[in-house]
Amino acid sequence: MHPYLKLDHIDKSFTRGAATTEVLKDINLTIGKGEYVSIIGHSGCGKSTLLNIVAGLTETTTGCVLLENREVNSPGPDRAVVFQNHSLLPWLTVYENVRLGVDKVFARSKSRGERDAWTMHNLNLVQMAHAKDKRPSEISGGMKQRVGIARALAMEPKVLLLDEPFGALDALTRAHLQDSVMALHQKLGNTILMITHDVDEAVLLSDRIVMMTNGPSARIGEVLEVPLARPRRRLELATNVAYLKCRQRVLEFLYERHRFVEAA
Amino acid sequence: MPMSAIRTETAPMASTAAAPVIAMTPKRPARAERYLKMAKEAAIRVVPPLVVLILSMMIWELICRRAGSTLPPPSKVFKDTRELIFDPFFDHGGIDKGLFWHLSASLQRVALGYSLSAIVGIALGTLVGQSVWAMRGLDPIFQVLRTIPPLAWLPLSLAAFRDGQPSAIFVIFITSVWPIIINTAVGIRNIPQDYRNVAAVVQLNPIEFFGKIMIPAAAPYIFTGLRIGIGLSWLAIVAAEMLIGGVGIGFFIWDAWNSSHISEIILALFYVGIIGFVLDRLIAGLAKVVTRGTAPN
Repeated sequence: MHPYLKLDHIDKSFTRGAATTEVLKDINLTIGKGEYVSIIGHSGCGKSTLLNIVAGLTETTTGCVLLENREVNSPGPDRAVVFQNHSLLPWLTVYENVRLGVDKVFARSKSRGERDAWTMHNLNLVQMAHAKDKRPSEISGGMKQRVGIARALAMEPKVLLLDEPFGALDALTRAHLQDSVMALHQKLGNTILMITHDVDEAVLLSDRIVMMTNGPSARIGEVLEVPLARPRRRLELATNVAYLKCRQRVLEFLYERHRFVEAA
Repeated sequence: MPMSAIRTETAPMASTAAAPVIAMTPKRPARAERYLKMAKEAAIRVVPPLVVLILSMMIWELICRRAGSTLPPPSKVFKDTRELIFDPFFDHGGIDKGLFWHLSASLQRVALGYSLSAIVGIALGTLVGQSVWAMRGLDPIFQVLRTIPPLAWLPLSLAAFRDGQPSAIFVIFITSVWPIIINTAVGIRNIPQDYRNVAAVVQLNPIEFFGKIMIPAAAPYIFTGLRIGIGLSWLAIVAAEMLIGGVGIGFFIWDAWNSSHISEIILALFYVGIIGFVLDRLIAGLAKVVTRGTAPN
């Protein structure tokens, strides 16, 4: 596998006064182009910290992130993030929220008209073109997250980072949006790194599942390949043996070997 | 206030929505009903203060109409100030001018001083809100300076500027700048980390970040400061003008007192109150327009 995104010996500790807490310990991970990788772990294990490190929003203590063999250590549109709580700017319309990123990324390479067309194209991808003039407060939670995805996609990121993107949604909306993301991944072939705490979601969407041990000093406990052909269909998978096996493996990891300890 | 505004908006919508359902209902009664409803809403807002006003006028009249009372009753106030009320535009040179000229002179000073304090206040507030070191250095000083009463600045500014006009403007500036600085700083400090992350991922430069994230995100706080500031400006100008003299509503009041024209003082107070109220509403209205959609969702 050709390494596209590489996390190289990443350690992260937070220091407050004299106390130092080690959050992540010796994280090594290589992701190929077009791969869909999920990181799963109990809350507080540092998986969001790991995503922030890849996004460049948090600095590593030691180790580095390599994207196409170049070190990245500050945030940028090549690693666009879909935030858990959508983080749309409430004073901008849906269109303007997406356009903000488009204007910055394609300031030189696209004309005004092309940027407008590209913004609309991405809103169409997530089926949100009809609400382009609405403000975030006027649309539902699922729609906001769609716009968040459109904003990230519109930056043409090399890696798309999803930070528990469906966590705040109800089960039906979540399923619908998962299908949309699968379809987009199929169509565009993005490289995706997703944080999740939902076992079904991880198995359904990912090519590989990275399971993290509990913090402090969380490390990668196990990496599971999901040998399921795409496109995947939710209903068919419910009885698929390979799917159930993968699910079983993740559940065992999370609830037997690395049970969540409240004290951590 | 906003509550009733919403109600007046929904009322006509409800009646038009009902129209196609009951096809037989003629249009005219519906419209008449709508006007009736609007009149009712207006009456609910206007009648109670009007009743209170009339009642207090009557009490005032009863108390002050006796011989030997120190203050004139409303009827006498009206009689004495008739000319001033009906001809606010006369100009006999010097400070013998109509009330319009006095008020507009005061408003000009406020406009200048307040604009200055809005610009400086938002700029300094942004600095204090954004930089920890600026906050550590400046905030304690601001907290002390802001407690100094407006008029205490006047002698110092007269000494510095050697002229009434810039001194009055400075007093307005120094009075209204503190709430603008402090509220802006709080607003900037409260910008959610999410918005900062978005800006970082999109790679906005500092100027774009200021215009596209900071100002809109902090707008509700900034406008709170601006609204307190305009109120304080208007408070300060009347007091400052009493001391610096010249054309202006503050000196008009002081001059009326020196000439024992008590009725004129009362009329001037009425205007000062109304204009203060209008200024406050203006900023509140502007805030409503600018911050629409800024509320977090």
